[in-house]
Amino acid sequence: MRSRQARSPGEKRFGIGRIVAFVALALMAVGWLLPFLWAVATAFKTETDAASESGWIGGDGLTTEAFSAMLENGNVWIWALNSLWTSLVITVLTVTISALAAYAFSRLRFPGRRWLFAVIVAAIIIPPQVLIIPLFYEMLTFNLIDTPWGLILPQIVAPAMVFILKQFFDGVPIELEDAARVDGASRLRVFWSIVLPLSRPVMAAVAIFVFINAWNNFLWPFLVINDTNLMTLPTGLQTVIDAHGIQYAQTMAQAVLAALPLIVVFLFFQRQIVKGVATTGFGGR
Amino acid sequence: MTAAVETPLARAAASRPRTTTTAGPSRERLVSWAFLAPFLIAFALFLVWPLVHGLYLSFTNQSLTGAGGSWAGLDNYQEALTDPTMWRALRTTVWFTVVSTIPLVLLALVMALLVHRGLPGQWLWRLSFFMPFLLASTVVSQIWVWIFNPDIGAANSVLGAIGIEPLAWLQDPAVNLYAIVIATVWWTVGFNFLLYLAALQNIPDQHYEAAALDGAGPWRQLWSITLPQLNSATVLIVMLQILASLKLFDQAYQMLIGVSTDTTRPIVQYIYESGFVGYRFGYSAAISYVFFALIVIVGVFQMTAMNRRRNLS
Repeated sequence: MRSRQARSPGEKRFGIGRIVAFVALALMAVGWLLPFLWAVATAFKTETDAASESGWIGGDGLTTEAFSAMLENGNVWIWALNSLWTSLVITVLTVTISALAAYAFSRLRFPGRRWLFAVIVAAIIIPPQVLIIPLFYEMLTFNLIDTPWGLILPQIVAPAMVFILKQFFDGVPIELEDAARVDGASRLRVFWSIVLPLSRPVMAAVAIFVFINAWNNFLWPFLVINDTNLMTLPTGLQTVIDAHGIQYAQTMAQAVLAALPLIVVFLFFQRQIVKGVATTGFGGR
Repeated sequence: MTAAVETPLARAAASRPRTTTTAGPSRERLVSWAFLAPFLIAFALFLVWPLVHGLYLSFTNQSLTGAGGSWAGLDNYQEALTDPTMWRALRTTVWFTVVSTIPLVLLALVMALLVHRGLPGQWLWRLSFFMPFLLASTVVSQIWVWIFNPDIGAANSVLGAIGIEPLAWLQDPAVNLYAIVIATVWWTVGFNFLLYLAALQNIPDQHYEAAALDGAGPWRQLWSITLPQLNSATVLIVMLQILASLKLFDQAYQMLIGVSTDTTRPIVQYIYESGFVGYRFGYSAAISYVFFALIVIVGVFQMTAMNRRRNLS
């Protein structure tokens, strides 16, 4: 991926400044990658090697013992599957309801439009952590504790995303829609076949952002799910550590496996993700 | 934003409700509510109602087991404001926010400035700095608990290599919050880095061309063009970082399991512990509101500071 370069016109292609910058950058990048690479290296050690001070490759050589041990006696597959499907459902629901509301705020006239939007924008500042007690209580009342819906529903409200999408829709020219409306298309039809196709980049940005947050969410799943079979990766892995204490090779094998899907996704969709963070990032995290 | 559709016409239209009048106003109203309903229902059920109910709970003795629930007036708040553990947790949270925000913003800026020079291997730099952000807190905690292991951890090997005594990183109350800061910087700096990178790409090339014509060298350009142009991005990034750091919980809780003490407990963890370990929902709700008040105060303060700056320039 090529970015627009801000090299100043006077700067030489191989000037001393460029070399210094390159070395500085390389050192930082290595520093940032090392912890993870070290984790990968440990995942391929025996437990004995992992628990002693050994180099990149332990005395017993490379082994996939840790991976097979973890896959055999753990629930990692179930957790990964739970993480995947709940995060997908959260993403689809969040994007759908936010986009519909944002469109209404951008295009339709109805009483209370202004103050309702103001309320939603103000709600961006409410930290989800403040709501855990009453939300838990609510899930108890609805009998949703220890169910996937108890996990999913509280995560689909994202006022920041309504704000971002509304800003985007405001910038889409209305003339296209007017033409279709004159031809007798309904609002939903216009939204679906004119506005949505034009908004693909921003929708992708919002979706990616919501998905990463859902995939990594810890606190709420930790509170609402007790059943091992319903846990997601972050909470599931935590129970293994609590139960078995620390077995470094296995722990690192888990860490690596849990990290892998998002890293692969990042490698494939780097451009969209970078753009996505730039678009949605100012909505907070 | 990617689509270059911001025409003057569109902007003018954006300032007023943009509607066509092919259908009557009552029909349009109906359609509006149909579009809004799914979000508003979820918004009411999972945000507004909990917010209101939480406030009510904070005035009661409600417990997790269902016992109590009688009106307690201001008792919970009175207890919270005289509870040394709560103040300690607030102090820890604020300390962490200050100490983590500085490197999280400065390092992100340096990374973005270097990457933006257009050196070869763009995707690799981006991957290196942003990748940790994609990891779940559990994974991050596992990796760092192991790095900070006093006997076999890499952190002490590094210290040993430069001749410093090994530290009990996570066990020693004098350093364990710094350890959390280090792990947090590694984990989340990539997010700010991408925000800075986007802001850098928005600086028009003409500025640099004009400066180069005037004979300004790279450092001069950095000081008099790049950094001033990044001002508004910096304000936003600092704001968001402060709000994010105040919510510290996941990594601190997970990395310090078993060693967590009064000195390391952030406020969100105290909310969790009083509610789900101590079973005191009412009290926990009251602390939630103290925390919420802090967030609102910080938010309002930031907004005013930002507006004042905008008025000045």
